[in-house]
Order: sequence, then C-alpha cells, then structure tokens
Amino acid sequence: MKGGFIENLPRIYGLYTGGFIVFCLIMAVFEWMGMSSEVIGILFVAFTIVIYAGIGWLSRTMQVDAYYVAGREVPPVFNGMATAADWMSGASFVALAGGVYFGGHGYLAFVVGWTGGYVLVASLMAPYLRKFGCYTVPDFIGTRYGGNLARFIAVIVLVVASFTYVTAQINATGTIASRALGIPFEVGVWFGLLGILLCSMLGGMRAVTWTQVAQYIVLIIAYLVPVFWMSNKQGFGVIPHFGYGDAITKITELEPLLGLGTPGDAAFTAQLKAEGFKVAVLTTPHNGPAGTALSSWKFVTLAFCMMAGTASLPHILMRYFTTPTVKAARNSVGWSLFFIFLLYFTAPTLATLTKLQLLDPQLPTAIIGKAYEEVAALDWIQKWNEVKMLAINDTNGDGILQLNEFWMRRDIVVLATPEIAGLPYVISGLVAAGGMAAAMSTADGLLLAIANALSHDLYYKIIDPKADTKTRLIVARILLFVIGAAGAGVAMLQLTGILGAVAWAFCFACSGLFFPLVLGVWWKRANRPGAIAGMAGGFAAGSAYLYYVYTGGTPWIGIDHLRFGMIGMPVSLILMIVVSLATEEPDAETQAMVDATRIPKGDTILGSQH
Amino acid sequence: MSQEDAAKLEAHWSKTRTLMIIVMVIWFIFSFVVHWFAKDLNGSSFLGFPLGYYMAAQGSLAIFVILIALSNWRQNQIDKEFGFDEDE
Repeated sequence: MKGGFIENLPRIYGLYTGGFIVFCLIMAVFEWMGMSSEVIGILFVAFTIVIYAGIGWLSRTMQVDAYYVAGREVPPVFNGMATAADWMSGASFVALAGGVYFGGHGYLAFVVGWTGGYVLVASLMAPYLRKFGCYTVPDFIGTRYGGNLARFIAVIVLVVASFTYVTAQINATGTIASRALGIPFEVGVWFGLLGILLCSMLGGMRAVTWTQVAQYIVLIIAYLVPVFWMSNKQGFGVIPHFGYGDAITKITELEPLLGLGTPGDAAFTAQLKAEGFKVAVLTTPHNGPAGTALSSWKFVTLAFCMMAGTASLPHILMRYFTTPTVKAARNSVGWSLFFIFLLYFTAPTLATLTKLQLLDPQLPTAIIGKAYEEVAALDWIQKWNEVKMLAINDTNGDGILQLNEFWMRRDIVVLATPEIAGLPYVISGLVAAGGMAAAMSTADGLLLAIANALSHDLYYKIIDPKADTKTRLIVARILLFVIGAAGAGVAMLQLTGILGAVAWAFCFACSGLFFPLVLGVWWKRANRPGAIAGMAGGFAAGSAYLYYVYTGGTPWIGIDHLRFGMIGMPVSLILMIVVSLATEEPDAETQAMVDATRIPKGDTILGSQH
Repeated sequence: MSQEDAAKLEAHWSKTRTLMIIVMVIWFIFSFVVHWFAKDLNGSSFLGFPLGYYMAAQGSLAIFVILIALSNWRQNQIDKEFGFDEDE
C-alpha cells in the first residue's frame, strides 16, 4: 500500500468491513452445515475480540501525545465513528429499544437527550477544548483557572462520574461473554476486562481510537441487519424507519382492547422476583404523553440532564482532542452524531415493530390473545424463560395469554428479536458480537479517561512534575490495570440496581463540570475561586440531593434520582457567577489565553508534549 | 496586541456568539418546546406518524444532525472572514 496509515484508513477499514461480512457468511454456511449455535456464538465473540486485541497490539506506543491524544491525527469521519462506539454502551445496544418498548413516550426523553447533547458539544465545547490542546478535561480546568485545587476537584468529579458508568459496562461485557461462551458470570467479567485491557493498555488513546472504529462497524452492522431482515420478512419493507407510523396507530388502538394498564398478578410477580427474574409486565402506553405539566416537565428535565451530561462527560470530550485541527474537531462532532443517529432512530423502530408482532392478533407471531398452551410450547419462550428473562402465567385460568400474564426483561427486545422473527442463529451470534463491541468500546473509553486523569493530572501535574516520559506512561498503564480490576471487582458484586444507573454518571458530570467548562470559554470573567465553588458546590449539592431521594426523600416537583443534575447545575452556575464576581478578575495572561482559545488559528495553548 | 487586532478579535467573537445564540434557540425549541406539547402535536400526523411521537423518535434527532452541520459551515465562514481559519 502506498502512503501512510492515515491516508489508507478508508481502505483498511473497508477491507476490515468486507472481512467481517465474509466471516458472517462463513458462519452462515457453517450453520447450514450443522454447526451448533453454541459454537457459532463462541466464534463470533472470540473472533471479534482477537481482532480488537490485534489492533491494540499494532497501536502500541511510548510517545506521550500518541498515548494521550492518539498523536492528534484522527480524521473527523473516523473520530466520529470512534466517538459513536465510545458513546453507545452495552446498555444503549441491548436496553434502549427495550426501554422504549416498556417506557413509551417518556423514555424517548433519553433518545432526545443523548442526541441533543451533541449540539452543545459542537457549539460550546469541542472546538475550543481542541484549540486549548489539553490531554484531559481536568487539564483544561487546571490550566484555564490555574492551581492544583481546581484541577484536583475536576479529577474527583471525573472519577466519580466515569467509575459509576464503567462498572455497568464491565458488568455488561461479563454478561455477554458468559452467555456467548458458556462460562460463569464471574469468569466472564475477568475475561471481558482482559479484552478491554488488551485494547487500551499498550497504545492508550491511539489503540482505543482504532479499536473503537472497528467496534463501531461491528455494532452498527449487528444492530441494523436484524432489524432490516425482520422488517422485510414481516412486510414493513427493508428500511422500516419512515413507514411505521401505522404500526403506532395500530398499537394505540389495540392497547385498550388488550386491557393495557392492569398490573400482573402480585403474588406471581413477587415469586418471580424471589427467583431472580428481572422482568416486568407492559403497562405504559406506547404513545401516551399524559400532556400534564408534570409529565412534560419530567420529559424535558430528563432530556436536559442527559444533554448537559453528554457535554460534560470526559470520555466523550477527550475524543475531540485527537483531531488534527479545530475545524476537524467541529466536523467530527457532526459525524459522531450522525453515526449515533443511525442506531438511535432505529431503536424506537425496533421497539414498535416487536411490540406489534407480539400484540397484533392478525400476525402469526402474536402471542397475546393466543392459547396459553400454544405459547408455552414456543421455543423462544422456553429458552428465555430458562435464563430468567421471560415468564408467562395463566393467572385468570381462561387458557388464553393476556397482556398482564406476560412478563419479560427489556433486554429481550434486542436479544430475542432474531428468534421471535425466526431468523437464523448466525444473526443471534452477530447480535452478541455487537453487544460485546458496544460494551467494550465504552468501557475502554471510560477506563482510559479515569486512568489518564489520574496519571496526567494527579501524578504528573500535582505529585511529581519532574517525572520522565517513560515513568509517566508506565504509571498510566499501572493505573489503567488497577482501575479496571477495581471496576471488575465492583461489577462482580452485581449491584446493578445502583451502579447500573447510567443516568447517574450524566448527572454527576453535569453537576460538577458543565458550567466550569462552558464558562471557561464563554465568560472571560470566570476565575479560579468561582470555578472551584462551581465544581465543588454543584457536585456536592447534586450528590446530597441524590442521597436524599435515594434514601426515600420525596422528590421536589418530580426531580427524582435520574434527574439530580437539575439540582446540581443551578447551584453550580449561581455559585460560579457570584463567587467570580465577588473576587478579582483573572489576570491579563489568562484573559489572553481565553482570547487565543476562541480562534482556530495559531498554536495550541498547551504544547504538543506537556 | 495592537488595537486593531483586539477589535478584530472582538468582532469575530461577537459573530461567533450570535451564531451560538441562534443555534441554542433552535436547539431549545426542538429539545424542549416541541416535546412539552407532545400530546397536542399528536393530534396532527406526519408521514403517517402522530407528530408528537415522530418528533421524539426521529424529528428532533434529524434536526440536531442538520443543525450541527449548518452551524459548522457558518462558523467556518466566520473564521475565514477574519482570517482566523487554520492553514491546511
């Protein structure tokens, strides 16, 4: 091949995509020849992890800027794909469609929030942080406001937000690995962590970037192919996204007929819970915004917390430090959102089509309203019941399955779609590989964000500024390993009810970091005491409120534990403004630094090796 | 920094700020205002979808993608106008 690595990227990833498709076809042939579904699942997960690890090995480096910011040479489109993989977690991949299935219109607030946040990233943050030339988010805070205290508080907020998130991701890799490879969950967690570290340890940001691009390709193929296939098979056309409006109308008509809203039998639900089923009966209308001020308020506050969180989460922001120019950083945000959009506007489509298939008595796939014995004999019902993700119970004894006699876990909407629609097992293997890619790529980004903040900001900038390059990079890798192991240890405790709350990570991040980051660029008058007060005060207020509602306090006007950023952010903003104005304005040097941050032209504020 | 340079910086930033405000207003409308009135919008339909649902499942998302593309294009224009764009 002529030219360097960067010039050849489209060709390299084109070949990779082709290779992956060929692999899928080979698996399909093997299935046709009689290979068991277990072996296909193992091959899918193992093959993709080996590829990622190979990319990680090829990207190894001992250069500081390659380790922290991938040498700042990632083109916008590829950085867009890497960000999309970084962003879409195992939870987005397996649980988003299920969330829409169960949560109806209210849950779409997540979909709106997790996309709208990129408008904030593009307009308020990314290009300016790129111009600044920082390695990490606390690096910006520490340099813009000056002083180790500001830097240190930013590190704390970053660690708390990212660690909350990463345990859920490691848990997801463990779950998928254990199911696909047929190993116990505890082993699966360590296996998943091994895969994650293989991708990141040797090459830092550079390795994570190029594996994330590869992971995006796998995850988007794995998400879209089953939907296209299923939809075509069910007569909604190959691309159902623009034509499923009728399906929504149909579901809305069916809901009252099927008695939607009646809860499942309480005794049986309690029994399921005791047996370890994490399942629920569908009770929320598919398209039923209540239209009250409170329901609208809850929608917009959730969306806002997710948006501001998106624009404050360090593992996302640091992706935009890797582009060659400021303009490229800006364009890269657009590409990121485009690649994310492809999955996010598919999730409600999938949720709607799956629901219609199960509910509409005129479709052969329907189970609600069918004879109970007939449904109980279905393969996929039995299979998912065995793994405690689904249950049926003829509570009223009429021999017909009612809507409130059907319990399922939301993850099923994605995981079981291939089987509900009767697709070949290859597709299930593909979905497992996609879920693994989604969880691994997010875990990689988060672990690296934490380890980099600790190694660069805490160790190098605060503890030992004289450390040489080699020591710094060794410390960075040791931290990566230690934090990964800590994450895996916590993930094994299976505290998913608490730590799985991805929304918390967003609320922690926006409570502490959103305004200090935005005002650092947009308000010259913002100074060190203001930033310290804003970060510490916002983070403390948000956390205190979370503690209050989580321990049983009555939420104020619907602001529950998913939305505690609504408390943290205003406190942060007010404190930051009041304290900044009450203290001296930043010196001329800092003001000149802000001026230079605001224009793309010229050198970065921080040198390329710092 | 000469006075001329300072004036140029100020003018560039003022245009950038105006663009940011316009973007934020559009963002605000499609992030919050339309979803606040989701129930009322469901009375109308778009491409066969109830409009309120459509906006939350697709409409706002697509508008965000387009909004970023347009605002990037405009920001690049502003940077060029003042000679603050990067040499490539």
